[in-house]
Amino acid sequence: MTTTVYIPQDSSALSLGAERVARAIQREALARGEIINIVRNGSRGLYWLEPMVEVMVAGERHAYGPVTPADVAGLFDAGFLKGKHHSLGHGRTEEIPYLAKQTRLTFARVGIVDPGSVADYLAHGGYIGLRNALSLSSAEIVNVVTDSGLRGRGGAAFPTGIKWKTVLDQAVEQKYVACNADEGDSGTFSDRMIMEGDPLTLIEGMTIAGIAVGATQGYIYARSEYPHACRALARAITAAKEANFLGQNIQGSGKHFDIELRIGAGAYVCGEETSMLESLEGKRGEVRAKPPLPAIEGLFGKPTAVNNVISLATVPVILARGAEFYRDFGVGRSRGTLPLQLAGNLKHGGLVELAFGCTLRELLYDYGGGSATGRPLRTVQVGGPLGAYIPASEFDVIVDYEALSATGALLGHGGIVAFDDTVDMGKMARYAMEFCAIESCGKCTPCRLGSTRGQQVLDDLKAGIRPDENLKLLHELMDTMQYGSLCGLGGMTPFPVRSALKHFPADFGPSRD
Amino acid sequence: MTGLSSADASTVEKIAQNFASTPGPVIEILHGVQNALGYVPAEAIAIIASVLNLSRAEIHGVVTFYHHFRSTPPGRKTIQVCRAEACQSMHGVPLEAHVKTTLGIDYHETTADGHFSLEPIYCLGNCACAPSIMVGDEIYGRVTPAVFDELIDEEKASS
Ligand SMILES: Cc1cc2nc3c(=O)[nH]c(=O)nc-3n(C[C@H](O)[C@H](O)[C@H](O)COP(=O)(O)O)c2cc1C
Ligand code: SF4
Ligand code: FES
Repeated sequence: MTTTVYIPQDSSALSLGAERVARAIQREALARGEIINIVRNGSRGLYWLEPMVEVMVAGERHAYGPVTPADVAGLFDAGFLKGKHHSLGHGRTEEIPYLAKQTRLTFARVGIVDPGSVADYLAHGGYIGLRNALSLSSAEIVNVVTDSGLRGRGGAAFPTGIKWKTVLDQAVEQKYVACNADEGDSGTFSDRMIMEGDPLTLIEGMTIAGIAVGATQGYIYARSEYPHACRALARAITAAKEANFLGQNIQGSGKHFDIELRIGAGAYVCGEETSMLESLEGKRGEVRAKPPLPAIEGLFGKPTAVNNVISLATVPVILARGAEFYRDFGVGRSRGTLPLQLAGNLKHGGLVELAFGCTLRELLYDYGGGSATGRPLRTVQVGGPLGAYIPASEFDVIVDYEALSATGALLGHGGIVAFDDTVDMGKMARYAMEFCAIESCGKCTPCRLGSTRGQQVLDDLKAGIRPDENLKLLHELMDTMQYGSLCGLGGMTPFPVRSALKHFPADFGPSRD
Repeated sequence: MTGLSSADASTVEKIAQNFASTPGPVIEILHGVQNALGYVPAEAIAIIASVLNLSRAEIHGVVTFYHHFRSTPPGRKTIQVCRAEACQSMHGVPLEAHVKTTLGIDYHETTADGHFSLEPIYCLGNCACAPSIMVGDEIYGRVTPAVFDELIDEEKASS
């Protein structure tokens, strides 16, 4: 009998040796005459267990990890192909508490399906959302998305349905859907996991978006830093075309929609939507002034629905199970679930999809298991390089859009980077300025020059040079950046710096070095 | 014009022609050229400009805007070290220093024997397995100085 063995092809699993493990398992099976079928799935997001190998036994998956090539013979000896006990075993995957406690809606299939297979996608509930969408009018699809309460997961949290309505309302022949897959924030990897683990969900979501707003062409703007994700996407696009889920007359519906994958070239600012559109047009990624909104004048001057990967990948479950089903999760104005990413100095880093409403502390300790280094956590940065640092004294904050912004922080794309007590916040603040200087598109002076000047002022403070004067100068500089910049890169770089200054002032003087 | 062999020049021309009719082709073409030649030579810019009927300055402006495109030939293997926050939280900064000393070069440089080029990178999406580096197209997580040394030894042995 053939046993199915799952070995992730997710970048992070590969970064920990999944490829060598796959080869070792293949070799060992051959040598022992065991007939196995290896599926290269995405990751379940339990990254401390990667490479995590799963074996299907009587319809249930059993997990072993982290596996190295040296463990493989022992796993066979112990009978892992029958789900038997081994010191690396974790029992049934679905019962691992980290996973069992989550609410996986957007990530329902990630780590489960074969990412390149339309048949497997269909077998796991794929394309039910599209089928439902095809029985609705464009306006009705937009209403479902609006009613679901879904807000953009790329950072700005703008209601997706309202954006789509603007695009739908433009009486223009040519419109576009542009998927923002530029995921540049440190501490984020949920877009990558979707693209590598369940890319057809993104493709389905974009197709529904196209039908909803009246666009027949979609673009995915993915980053060059993600070669594995780009390959997985390209494979899935081809598979969807072959199965007539993309292209002309999709499933006999009379609707057309196509997707082209475009790859960026290493510029953080190209995640900003107008810069991304410039880049998609093949130009320098200089930010455009708004208005006009991309929904009115976007790609090649045409109305464009620009959405993040997670926003689009959440649309299929909303159309499959209804607006109410999705809206019933969450708190206040933050509806549904959010795939949070636990990163940096945590024992159990990974992907945690939960309904809005848990606290940062639960995430960091109940899921994250505290620091990886065993030292006390001192701070976390939430929402990428433009997000604020939150001190340990504020870990009880609720993780939703409103509660975080009330404390001066932001949720952004849901990345949480943890630091232990050895972190020097003066250095992190300086890095924030440096990053802004490196990545500035150069269009406005406060961002371009302010970030360079900011580094010098922080250096002077560190050296103990005229602290009062320099502190005042730093604040003035940050005000100019915040209020005088065209986009969030210059405008929000002050957030991490100010929060570090506020909570850890002692790190900015000469004392620590 | 100097430097570009006629074979390389015709490669560039072919790539440019291939994409000439796609909307917004410049970055696609630059990727094609860099994948084929390892970098975007100055002479390629002139060829692309003439195929697309754009000015050289426009193409040059695109090349210089993006960190990914390089104007000089790379070493046989490019090593990219993540400098972003999550990697910093897991000893990424000392790792950067170790990489530079071991290779004897700084960022944007190539070793004298032409083996390795070193580039910074800002997040590989491997932030739960930090710190991260990329060697060629392969990604590595939880990299310590010792792990890095092993990787370099393997690289040297296999080439
Ligand atoms: C500097 C900067 C970088 C950004 N990077 C990204 C990114 O990598 N991915 C993303 O989806 N949105 C990013 N955004 C937000 C986008 O501008 C935009 O709001 C988003 O793509 C809209 O999609 P959504 O409504 O589905 O979130 C960035 C914004 C700024 C100011
Ligand atoms: S704030 Fe910076 S990145 Fe944004 S438009 Fe201005 S110069 Fe460009
Ligand atoms: S910060 Fe280094 S991989 Fe994300």
